[in-house]
Amino acid sequence: MDKKKLYERYQRQIILPEFGEEGQQKLLQAKVLVIGAGGLGCPVLQYLAAAGIGTIGIVDDDEVALNNLHRQVLYSVNDIGLSKSERAAQILGQLNPGIQIIPYSERLTVQNALILFEEFDIIIDGTDNFSTRYMINDACVLMNKPLVYGAISRFEGQVSVFNFKRNENDEAVNYRDLFPNPPKEDEVLNCEEAGVLGPLAGIIGAMMANETIKLITGIGEPLSNQLLTYNSLKNQFYQFALSARKETSSLIPENEVAFLQTDYEWLCSSERKESEIDPDVFTGLIAKGNVDVIDVREPGEMPAVDDFSNFKIPLTKLSENTSLIKSETIVAFCQSGQRSLQAVKILSSIFGEDKKIYSLRGGIVEWKKLKQTI
Amino acid sequence: MTVNIIIFGRLTDIAGNSLALENIADTNSLVKELHILYPALADAKYVIAVDKKVANENTTLTENSIVALLPPFSGG
Repeated sequence: MDKKKLYERYQRQIILPEFGEEGQQKLLQAKVLVIGAGGLGCPVLQYLAAAGIGTIGIVDDDEVALNNLHRQVLYSVNDIGLSKSERAAQILGQLNPGIQIIPYSERLTVQNALILFEEFDIIIDGTDNFSTRYMINDACVLMNKPLVYGAISRFEGQVSVFNFKRNENDEAVNYRDLFPNPPKEDEVLNCEEAGVLGPLAGIIGAMMANETIKLITGIGEPLSNQLLTYNSLKNQFYQFALSARKETSSLIPENEVAFLQTDYEWLCSSERKESEIDPDVFTGLIAKGNVDVIDVREPGEMPAVDDFSNFKIPLTKLSENTSLIKSETIVAFCQSGQRSLQAVKILSSIFGEDKKIYSLRGGIVEWKKLKQTI
Repeated sequence: MTVNIIIFGRLTDIAGNSLALENIADTNSLVKELHILYPALADAKYVIAVDKKVANENTTLTENSIVALLPPFSGG
């Protein structure tokens, strides 16, 4: 692109004295890898492409789905079923033809992570699961790459910059200094289970893009060694100082070989439980009778269930309300089958071996899906 | 001595948005007390911050200390 047009495109940021033409040159030379082109990835990508980051890699093996569109505002209905990374690269190419955008329609794994990261200066984590988040963190520590982190749940978001030293004498704090070990699946809820409002993803994603631009240009104070939290219902921001933990280095694979051998999926998964039953087994159980089916979701969660008789005891109130349960067999269900596993734990500690206690695998979402296909 | 506690993320389902507890000397005793009051917290993953610093080890609490319970999020 000729120099005049280049200046015109970026004029409104170039005229910022802290930024200037020098800042723009730094952006154009930067190489940034965005992992996850979803709720966080979309706004990150849009702002980084618009700002003129010279090379942007996009890793996502997923396809656009209708229930993505309320928050993944880069895509439209015509994109449903298409590769997110490919579509994002095309759309961003139209927004800014002067930069290079490289789609990687693959899942990030220990096999490809280090090879991919090698090509980029800054890594951005917009993924939606703990196993990938821990893998990204560990790879960034191993390869000494700054990591821009964002995560959302319901009405709250977290943002940070990991593995980056502002000054030579600073310590470079990483995600494991904050949360040393991945939680198991039943210790937290994923996005699908917890729900999220679109603008929150936009706010947190825009903040991640902003931190990335600050890192590249060296302006302002990046969120290194800080965790920023935002509550969209209360409009509250908090900033927490982070410091390194002694044990962190022992948790991260010490070299490339150890990294390749780490099973991040396993670290985060709770094993397949004997107490889980599949939807068809569940249908059989209801038909037989003498079973209490308990909806352990919180009041008001959708979809409402009237396909079979059940009563509602939210997980948080379960232990105080077990007197309602009379049958020999109990099946707990929730949205996706995670909280109902916790319910099984609670109920087993109360009833012991006296009752047969199960959790509906995949939750009501999976059950409704199967029922539609019958 | 009052310790004010702000609760984040899904932990609010267990313990509400905020709490005030009396006469708690340090973060270790705070955790013990919280797990008695809210047994479900014992199964949840979270870190504790005292006066806007994430506490990596047992930390003394003083009059009007503000404590935050921060769970990890994975949504994106």
